[in-house]
Order: sequence, then structure tokens, then C-alpha cells
Amino acid sequence: MQKYGGAAIRMSDVKYLIGNEAVCDSPLEPYADMVCHFAAELSDTFMKETSAKVYPDIMAFAFWCRKGNIQTLKRQFISNEKRLGRGLAFHIAPSNVPVNFAFTYLFSLLAGNATIVRVPSRSFPQVEILCRGLKQVLENYPEIKKRTAFVQYPANNTITEKFCAKADVRVIWGGDETVQEIRKCPVKPRCIDVVFADRYSLCLLDGAAVLNASDAEICKLAERFYNDTYLMDQNACSSPQLICWRNETREAKERFWHSVAAYAKAHYPLQAASAMDKYTQMCCDSIDLENLGAIRRVENLLYCVELKKLPPDITGLRGKCGYFYEYALDGLTELIDVLTEKVQTITYYGADAGEIQDFIITNHVKGVDRIVPVGKALDIGVIWDGYDLVRMMSRIVDRNK
Amino acid sequence: MNEHLEELYKDTPYSLKKTEKQALYQRVLSELTLHHYSHCREYKRILDAMGYDPKKAAPLEAQPMLPVRLFKEYDLLSIPREEVAKTMTSSGTSGQKVSRVFLDKANTRAQTKVLTEIISSFIGKKRLPLLILDTRLALKDRSMFSARGAGIVGFSTFGREIMYALDENMQLDISGIRQFLAKHRDEPILLFGYTYMIWQYVVCALREAGTAMKIENGSLFHIGGWKKLKDQMVDAPTYNQVIREVLGNVSVHNYYGMAEQLGSVFVECEYGHMHCSNFSDILIRRPGDFSCAAPNERGLIELVSLLPTSYPGHILLTEDEGEIIGEDDCPCGRNGKYFKIHGRIKGAEIRGCSDTYERR
Repeated sequence: MQKYGGAAIRMSDVKYLIGNEAVCDSPLEPYADMVCHFAAELSDTFMKETSAKVYPDIMAFAFWCRKGNIQTLKRQFISNEKRLGRGLAFHIAPSNVPVNFAFTYLFSLLAGNATIVRVPSRSFPQVEILCRGLKQVLENYPEIKKRTAFVQYPANNTITEKFCAKADVRVIWGGDETVQEIRKCPVKPRCIDVVFADRYSLCLLDGAAVLNASDAEICKLAERFYNDTYLMDQNACSSPQLICWRNETREAKERFWHSVAAYAKAHYPLQAASAMDKYTQMCCDSIDLENLGAIRRVENLLYCVELKKLPPDITGLRGKCGYFYEYALDGLTELIDVLTEKVQTITYYGADAGEIQDFIITNHVKGVDRIVPVGKALDIGVIWDGYDLVRMMSRIVDRNK
Repeated sequence: MNEHLEELYKDTPYSLKKTEKQALYQRVLSELTLHHYSHCREYKRILDAMGYDPKKAAPLEAQPMLPVRLFKEYDLLSIPREEVAKTMTSSGTSGQKVSRVFLDKANTRAQTKVLTEIISSFIGKKRLPLLILDTRLALKDRSMFSARGAGIVGFSTFGREIMYALDENMQLDISGIRQFLAKHRDEPILLFGYTYMIWQYVVCALREAGTAMKIENGSLFHIGGWKKLKDQMVDAPTYNQVIREVLGNVSVHNYYGMAEQLGSVFVECEYGHMHCSNFSDILIRRPGDFSCAAPNERGLIELVSLLPTSYPGHILLTEDEGEIIGEDDCPCGRNGKYFKIHGRIKGAEIRGCSDTYERR
């Protein structure tokens, strides 16, 4: 027993929201029929659940695990390999993204693993609704139920160690610090870690495309950009921080930011503390940044700092709650050196995904795992952060004549 | 740089009415803004980035404000380092960054002079027996002036025969205070301390001891945060009432000021209103766009002082919330804006996926 801040922590401090200590660790096949049915039933349950409808993130989860999508993923997955889950997976879900724990659970199940998830203890209504629905649907799937546990406990390595000791897979969300902290807990030699470190994302916009778009199209673009950024206070690793322009013109930038600000004005609840933070950051940037261009500011909703030159490390250019950096590119090749392994997502508008992908591959760029249209930055899936999660969390049962 | 102050010293500190004050502030603050722009590299960079032209005079509302947190991040000076006579630091709990404010001789003098003008307008020019509701230990570290020690030293200039009410273990010296009061029975006495410490170490100690002091004619000036008191559901009227219950006939004056703007403080009058003096002003900004709020509308407090010349602290945006109650028409007779403070703004709750392994 270890003492933390004067309070003794015991395993009895672990609260089981679903399941109990006795989690069966025998693996299933990836995309087992039972699991696919379970996912579809979850989808139906949340689609129909009135209390869930006000939460777009729960709806996104329900939409993702619908029958059609899971079947498509299954078809894409099938190969000549025979696979099984690795056994027991222990997941540390991030504390401030309410629905992530449900996604990581399903990815793990689809890979064929028994799964223990540490759920955020901050009280989100979404967590409550999801747990209620999961519990209810699990009653119809005893084989999945005995492979499932959802736990809550205060941050504490003594408890985490107990869970880690049993794990065949460890999934650690929450960035560099969390990864480092959890990795201090020993695991079995064969245990595989799937870790989600701090990442950085950017957006590639084409000035000509922005100018040529219809008014309706620009409004749609602004809404999508808003969903990628403001919706999560710009604090998700896939939320773009830096906007790189091709074919940049003043008019195009004007048009784009004007629409984003208008959309944010109608939808974003700006907190006083965030307004202070952004204003303070603008002052700090004015002092610190070399090659500073104009600073665009629409009330306290939107700040955008123009850079005349990119710093060698772009990942320091980080804002929250509607604070961006922008830079006019001469060409993609300018990005080669700054796209380090820290860079995760490029969102684009008016560009060709294939072209960006080719650029990354042919230039042997260390970073960038995702290239998605503006609006899809936060869309999580079984391919995430450069990993094929289902393959990583399962093993090949090879045979040879 | 300080001619306008000399002019103001000739008058009482709450004499200026709205139009007169507006004209003075537009002129002097525009000068100060240009002065800091010309002498402080960081300040210049900020104004340049904002596209602000300091060569044009501008009304107070249009003048650029610095967020107070900047004084924690940077050493901001508008004088050469070798002219720094005193470095003030804000009080901060351990682990927090503290503000550093650099004063030259002229600024130090101006702060003392203005504080004297303001306080003596309440208590008269004569030095009074002073009971400091704190411990002598607070003065210990003189090399780096802590806000707490500096406050005590600053206030001590209004007193004589100073007595510290708390011993080195923060215990209330009840018999010592009784002797002090007996000795000065026939004269007004002055009391000074920090808002929460007075509550915790004086009020609570007296209540626990089941006793009270019977001061016949006292004035208490106190400064500091209200957060812990708010948590205990103690508001200003309750505070003042309880002080009088345990200390006697004492007029209570809360005052408000930042380590970044010492001297030009805001003092609570007999009617419980915080007042701007001739040397300071206040604006309330709406968080959404920093436009000026209407009277009785809550917003972020912007503090303005005519004093800072050695550092660019003449116009500060604080992280406190407040509202203006009125101007030039407080029943106490003082001119200038009077206002209410609601305390520190709530920290932002941020969504997103970083910083997630819940720590305490």
C-alpha cells in the first residue's frame, strides 16, 4: 500500500462502472460476428436514445459503429492471414474527451481483446449515457460482457500497476506526459504498447479555391473548420494550429477568416479566461516571434498570427480556443523539414489528397499520418495516428505446410 | 515626466470630475504610452504588432492595455537596468510565477507620495499609533520586496509607535494589544493588515478566546484577496460588521491595488464603495470583444494609473471581474468612478485530448 498526499490508496478505491475484477482474458477473432452485432446494437440503442441526441459526439460514435460501417471495415480487414486478439487490453482513456473511451473500447473488441478501460473521472453527461447504454446492451452478449470492465480511479500508479501487470496490450491516450507516467509501470515482456503522444496538426488551404468558391461553399468550409478546431477548444492533437496557404491572396484570407469568425460568433461560447489567455498570448507572440507579420483579430473570438517565415520547430506554434498561425507557402517542399514525427494530420481544402500523400512519400518525410479534408480532423477510426489499431492489437496465427 | 503629478498634489485626491479627468487622462496617458513605446522594447513590439500608433493622442478607452500576466513572463523596463532602485514582486503561492516590477527613484517616490495623499485624505496628515495585524516576520526578506512586506513598510509611514498584533508563531498577542490600546486610549488609532489574515488570525482568534477589543476610534485599512473568505460565505458587509464586533468602533476600509500599480490604490469609502482617486481610473471590459461595459455590467477590470514611468504598467488588463457603480455621485462626496470587485475570473475549462492523466 502506498501513500499519496496523505491518503492511502487501495484497490478498493477502484470503481467498476461495468464488469468486475474477474475479466476473462481469452481472445476472440478480429471482427467476430458477435462483436459486430454488438456494435450494431449499440449504434441502434444510441441513435434511438433521446438523452443522447443532444450530444453530437455520442451521435458520431453511434454513427461510426453502425452495421454498415463495421461490415465495410470487416471486408477491408479480411486477408489470407488468420488472426486472434492478443488477450487482455488495458486502456487509459483521455480525461477531457468524453466519448474517446467508448471508441478505444470498440477498437479493442474488434481486434478480439478482452478490455479494461480507465474512464475519465471528470463527470461528463456523455460518459454516463454511454455507460448506461453499454451496460444494457452487454446483457445480451454474455461472452463480451465477461471480457469487459470499465473502471474509474484517481490517478495513481499503484493501481495502474496492477492492471498493467495483467495486460497483453496497453493503450495509452493522453499525450507525452501520460505515456511517460504509465510506462513506468512494468508489463509482461510480450505486452504491446499502443501510445498516443502529443501531436501537431496543420491545415492546407488554397487561396484560389477559397476565392472561387460560392458563398454557400465558404460557409460550409467555415463550419467544417470550426468543427475541427473550436469544437474541442483547438486542444485535440488533430486540430490544426497552423494554416498554410497556397496561392495566397489578401482577399482569399479575408474571405476565409471572415466566414470562420462569423460562424464562431454564432456558435462558440468564449469564456472570459480564454479571452484573457488569447490576448496574453498575442502579446507574448509579439515579443517572442521573429518574422512576425500582421495579427488578425476578430473581437476575442479569433486571433490569427501571420508568419513571414516558418520557425525550424513549428510545434511550438500552438493556440487554444481560436488562436491560429498562418503562413503563405511558396510550395509544399518548404514543409519538408518542419514536418517532423510530431506532426499528425494535414487537413486540406482546394488541394488533392493524393498529391499531398505523394509529396510525403516521395520526400521521405518523417511526420504526417493523416491527410483529410477540412472538417474531418477529429473523425477517429481504426486507422489512427499512423497505426492500424485492429492489426496492432491482434496477432497472426501463421501456418506453413 | 511627472509634472502632471505635481499639479495634482496641490489638490485633494478625489477632486476631479468626469470631463476634467477625461481630458487630463487622454493627455497624460498618451504621453505615457509614447514614453514606454520609446523606452521599452517589448512594449514597442506589442504596440507595433497591434498596429497602434502611439504618436497620436487617444482617449483612454482606445489606449492599449497590457495583460497583467505579462509581468510574470518578462522583465518589462522603460529605464536602463542600472537605474532600478527597487524590484517589487507580487505575492504568489509556491510554484506560481510572480510578477516583477522595476521602480526607479522617481517612481518609488511617486508611489509613496500618492499613497500618502490618498490615505491621509481618510485619516488626516498626522501620524497615528499603528497596530499592524500581522507578524514582524513578514518583513524579514528585504532584499526581494515581497508584496506583503512591502505593504507593511509602505503603510508604516502613516503610523508611529508601531505594534505587531501577531507574534512569530502567528499567535494573537491579546495582552500586548490591550496595553497598546490602553496607552493610546484618547487618540485615534490606525490598523493595517491583509484581508484574509485578519480574519483568520485576529477575528477567529478573538472569537475563540471569547473576548473582544474595545477600540474607541480606529481606522482599519486592509488589502488582499477574498477567495478564501468567499468560500466561507463571508462578504464585505459581514466582514466589516464582524470586525466592529471584535475590535470596537473601527471604520473599515478595504483597498485594492496591484503590485504592478502600487501607490495609486483604490479605497473603500464609508458607503462600501471602491473609489478611483485623481491618480487612477478604472474601465470594465466585456470579455467577448473588450468593448467598454455599461455601468452595473460585469466585466474584466482594466486599471489605469498615472504613476508608472519606469515600467509600462500605466494601463493594465487584470484577471479580476468587477462593475462600475457610478461616477462623481457617491454619497460620500468623493468624485471619480466608484465600483465593486467580484474577484478572480474562473479558469477556463478546456476540452480536447492533451493533458489528460488526471493529476491532483
